[in-house]
Amino acid sequence: MRSPDLLRFNLRLLTGQWFRSLMTLLATAVGVAAVLLLTGMGEGARRFVLEEFNLLGNDVLIILPGRKETTGGIPPLTGEGTRDLTLGDAEALLRLPGVRTVAPLIVGLAQVEANGRNRELVVVGTSRELFNMRQLQAAQGQVLPDLPLDRAEAVCVIGHAVRGMLYDQQPVLGRWLRTGDRRCRVIGVLEDRGVSLGTDLSESVIIPVASAQQLFNTQGLFRLFVQVQHLELIEPLKPAILDLIQQRHQGERDITLITQDSLLGVFDDVLQLLTLAVGAIAAISLIVAGILIMNITLISVSQRTAEIGLLKALGASERQVHRLFLSEALMMTLIGAALGILIGYGLLWGGHWLWPQFPVSVPLWALLGAVLLAVGVALIFAWLPARKAARLPPVLALKGITHA
Amino acid sequence: MIRLEQLCKRYQLGDEPVMALDHVDLGIDAGEYLSVMGPSGSGKSTLLNMLGLLDTPDSGRYWLGDTEVSALGEEARAAQRNRQIGFVFQAYHLIDRLSARENIELPLVLTGTAPEQRRPRVNDLLQRLGLERHADHLPNQLSGGQRQRVAIARAVIRKPALLLADEPTGNLDSHSGQDVIELLEELNDEGITLVMVTHDPNMGQRARRRLWMQDGQLLKDERDAQP
Ligand SMILES: Nc1ncnc2c1ncn2[C@@H]1O[C@H](COP(=O)(O)OP(=O)(O)O)[C@@H](O)[C@H]1O
Ligand SMILES: [Mg+2]
Repeated sequence: MRSPDLLRFNLRLLTGQWFRSLMTLLATAVGVAAVLLLTGMGEGARRFVLEEFNLLGNDVLIILPGRKETTGGIPPLTGEGTRDLTLGDAEALLRLPGVRTVAPLIVGLAQVEANGRNRELVVVGTSRELFNMRQLQAAQGQVLPDLPLDRAEAVCVIGHAVRGMLYDQQPVLGRWLRTGDRRCRVIGVLEDRGVSLGTDLSESVIIPVASAQQLFNTQGLFRLFVQVQHLELIEPLKPAILDLIQQRHQGERDITLITQDSLLGVFDDVLQLLTLAVGAIAAISLIVAGILIMNITLISVSQRTAEIGLLKALGASERQVHRLFLSEALMMTLIGAALGILIGYGLLWGGHWLWPQFPVSVPLWALLGAVLLAVGVALIFAWLPARKAARLPPVLALKGITHA
Repeated sequence: MIRLEQLCKRYQLGDEPVMALDHVDLGIDAGEYLSVMGPSGSGKSTLLNMLGLLDTPDSGRYWLGDTEVSALGEEARAAQRNRQIGFVFQAYHLIDRLSARENIELPLVLTGTAPEQRRPRVNDLLQRLGLERHADHLPNQLSGGQRQRVAIARAVIRKPALLLADEPTGNLDSHSGQDVIELLEELNDEGITLVMVTHDPNMGQRARRRLWMQDGQLLKDERDAQP
């Protein structure tokens, strides 16, 4: 039988019993749409998190004080080093060949007072380099000036939320603000980048690192960010950095080096697993659709025994009859899957339209997987009924209505 | 053309075995016109189904042309049915959702004949059987006689050597029955071998050769002197 003839033959069948066809079609469509929707949302969540964390860029190494014997897993977030990571270390690292820039980081809580209001806020001590690395820009004024690391200048840049908290809509540039017992002048307001899952700079006050050292009365840094000149230099620079620090710390390798990628890898793995799990749950609905297809095919076979007998009398072989019933199920599934893809993407785009900051994207494996699973399930579940039809002896099949 | 040797078929009817065909020997030449008569349950349909390769014998041999078809597998038998044999049934067995044209071309569709080759052949037959106006009608829009003519067209579209008709007039009034018989005889005149089961003695008498069956056995084999 030629494919167009087969197609037309099946189409007649499906439109002839449109209600039954529609129900089966919908079952498959709902299954496929569910897989797309759930994996699309999972993938969206993954991208959302990755984008949030990816602000540093993957050419940045993060140095934490203290050595942790972790292999994989989430690295320690609090340093318990025996020896502090100092600004001297930062300057030494900057002289290492292959290093582009180094940005120190100190983070602490302090009472912040301005405009007659008082809040406990995160105060971040760093240098201009951090703004470059994170591609942070000032919405008003400027970011931290380019100072020697050990110069404590009485200036600060405030986050977008801080501005609202302390000053409402009043102009802020040039006004004074008190952090702990030190005063500084506001020289810039950060642009609003929405919620950032990393350190939320929008609710913090940023001051030069040397000022922060005085404020928190410490020499030790919380982090050091090292940006390399080329992505390929990341790996070769790791031992060089460790050696340098070891040399400076009297033979102790008391730091932990992590890359953006290793940090993200963990999240990525977890979220991908989650997406997979959610997709698998949705896939169960496709199996249910498969069972429905089996029933439909069984009904179709028993209703059409006489027709099967006739087709065999006209010379259809067992293989042809088998193919006929399989292709009927297959066609129904493919139409259903196409409908499901439309519904799934429609809902996802609808969601994206409602919440534009949430990225939606169906992973290719989910799309292909859903369609293949639907087809596979249909073929497997229609196989037995189709074989039952194919094996029907032609005389018995014809008697189906001859003696009815 | 056809040779049956000691053909047997037994059915289990409840506890009791029924010999539907009981050691049947039969030879049919190409172009013959046979009627098969006998009481209900005597094995007429079983014989016809055997001839048409729809049923398999328990024992005995069957030659169709030069092939011993009783030794063939199901796939080969299906191919033989398609090429050599046409069936006409009492209940027409048309597919309801297909038009007259589509029903007629079904055997060609099954063998993968291209539409442009199917079309003229179907058109010829439609015209010949006076069905041109009904080509696009569904079976339930046709009268019994028209339906049976569509079924006959379907049976002969592949130009088979053997045409088997199981009570082709059983569901028809006498007038359309007469039409159908005349059509079958016309096809026979053109050379097709015709075997027709009937319980109507008047119909049966028209055949040049007449078989009577009872309890699965051939009771009588009667033929007219060749003209
Ligand atoms: N599939 C079957 N199963 C059981 N018995 C059958 C079957 N087909 C035919 N028979 C029996 O075989 C005998 C011959 O049947 P059949 O050839 O249909 O007779 P006829 O066509 O002469 O009326 C009958 O007794 C019938 O009951
Ligand atoms: Mg009968």
